Amino acid sequence: MRIPKEKLAELYLKMVQTRRFEETAARLFTEGKVHGTAHFCIGEEATGVGVCCALAKEDLIGQTHRGHNQAIGKGMSLDRMMAEFLGKESGYCHGRGGCMHIADSGSGSLGANGIVAGGIPIAVGAAFSQKYRGVDAITVSFFGDGATNEGAFHEALNLAAVWKLPILFVCTNNQYAMSTPLKAQTAITDLSQRAISYGIRGLAMDGNDIVAIYETTLEAKEYVKRQGPMLLVLNTYRYMGHSKSDPQNYRTKEEVEAWKQRDPIHLFRNMLLKKGLFPAAELDAFDEEAAHAVAHAVEFAEASPEPRVEDALRDIYSE
Amino acid sequence: MREITYAEAIREALSEEMRKNDSVVFLGEDIGVYGGAFGVSKGMFAEFGPERIRDTPMSEGAIVGCGLGAAMTGLRPVVEIMFSDFVTVAMDQIVNQAAKARYQYGGQFKVPLVIRAPSGSGTGAAEQHSQSLEAWFVHTPGIRVIAPSTPRDAKGLLKTAMRGDDPVLFLEQKLLYRMKGEVPEGEYTIPFGRAEIRREGKDVSLITYGRMVARCLEAAEEVKAEGIEAEVLDLRSLAPLDRHSIISSAKKCGRVLIVHEACLTGGVGGEIAAIIADSEAFFYLDAPIRRCCGSDSPIPYNRTLEASVVPEAGTIAEAIRRLYE
Repeated sequence: MRIPKEKLAELYLKMVQTRRFEETAARLFTEGKVHGTAHFCIGEEATGVGVCCALAKEDLIGQTHRGHNQAIGKGMSLDRMMAEFLGKESGYCHGRGGCMHIADSGSGSLGANGIVAGGIPIAVGAAFSQKYRGVDAITVSFFGDGATNEGAFHEALNLAAVWKLPILFVCTNNQYAMSTPLKAQTAITDLSQRAISYGIRGLAMDGNDIVAIYETTLEAKEYVKRQGPMLLVLNTYRYMGHSKSDPQNYRTKEEVEAWKQRDPIHLFRNMLLKKGLFPAAELDAFDEEAAHAVAHAVEFAEASPEPRVEDALRDIYSE
Repeated sequence: MREITYAEAIREALSEEMRKNDSVVFLGEDIGVYGGAFGVSKGMFAEFGPERIRDTPMSEGAIVGCGLGAAMTGLRPVVEIMFSDFVTVAMDQIVNQAAKARYQYGGQFKVPLVIRAPSGSGTGAAEQHSQSLEAWFVHTPGIRVIAPSTPRDAKGLLKTAMRGDDPVLFLEQKLLYRMKGEVPEGEYTIPFGRAEIRREGKDVSLITYGRMVARCLEAAEEVKAEGIEAEVLDLRSLAPLDRHSIISSAKKCGRVLIVHEACLTGGVGGEIAAIIADSEAFFYLDAPIRRCCGSDSPIPYNRTLEASVVPEAGTIAEAIRRLYE
């Protein structure tokens, strides 16, 4: 194992934080405390956390609507994320965007996007800007399997390939575009094959193996800086519905259970224990730390003021 | 004062800003060696090179999106959409992304993105290359919409667009590209949201913009012989609109004719009429507010048919006379 112990701890803690954050957010929903919607990535934590923990602060990410793992991975604060989720002024977007449009320029997040594939061309523009300005950094563009059937995906990958931009395209393939399974979305079974048509490198891998994702991203980062874009497909699964209103009538309980046997957090925890890298007590302490941080985030968010109605028209234009 | 064409004025604005500021980049289809479909960027590739004058694949969505991402990360991109009709292919990036990026992210990002697009009919390019689509974007908070009618305004307004921090849809009038007009040699900019009176008058206010300004001036000359002094107000900027100038001109004249090339229904003219009807100018009106606009039709190919669906000086003059019936 070449990964330093502190990094392993970070990977574990951030995955657990993501899961606690979303479980708590779901509970707040049922308590009627949330106006709006959320898209949970429970089961997919390893993708966003694994990739983002391999990035530097100056690297940029374009997030998806299902991107709490990406946000936490890139170092966004749970307090301000939860405040945004509850629509508070102290949220990252001052309650204007909610978690479907969360962004933090300070952490290098260009924002989550409510339009499937809508953020991919924007991420290409950020990578163009990095290359033009001679910045030693890359952009990661996150999107799901559904996005690969949008025109924006095709246009963006093609443009990035022609200009050899330093961008890593990360497809979190969770098997369903809302209710539509992959086989009804596309005639190919390996989404990394899409890369062939843009003349770029494509790679598909287990999206629940955070160590492999982290290490692959480190390599991919150097690759895209030198060679231009790459498409990385992370095959994973979401346990929860598409959004809060999902009846989940398009898949079986058995299928969900089968994926839970390969839960990314459990896989990683078992590996850390088995290799003797962390004693169980230390991992339990991380679990507690995560629970504590999320509880604090809820307190912070609930205590935060609502945005003022007088400010509803702020920031439509610069002046 | 020296005279240059509308296209040259736009090129000057682009080139001067590019010389001054390395963060300005220019992206679009065939804008490099080719010089742009309408020749606007002729010679710029030789001066600024392929890093700053970027020929793109035919991917309008990616062109605008790439410009947006670059704008959010420190550059000041100008993107060219070859014909304004092709904004339809980039609608998500313009409406859902560029126009929302500042607001939905709580003001964290500046969006200094200029989208240049030649607009309007008159070239025989028919239904898919001749539309005037400004009303869609005037109806979209978060984006500025500009439609200059003279070379001087085109240069001054484009510079304002390029120096600002908001997305701007800059609708160039393709039939005006070769029109010459006075343009100052020295540095100047023209602020958004200020209409300009092109012709003073006291009887009828012709409120218009873009290519229709010249036709309104012609129509004003035509009715002058009949004793009608028409004022021509050139809006120049459609978002923001100069409400003050619209209301004052309506008050002063008491009769209003709104003229635009775009289709009548749902057009900017309806909004202008509502601004006047909602204001104190209503009490000064001697006739109903009327509109003389493009027909609610696609733009046909045939020369005579094409001309028949947009206002001409004669039809504008007729509409002025009807205000006295």
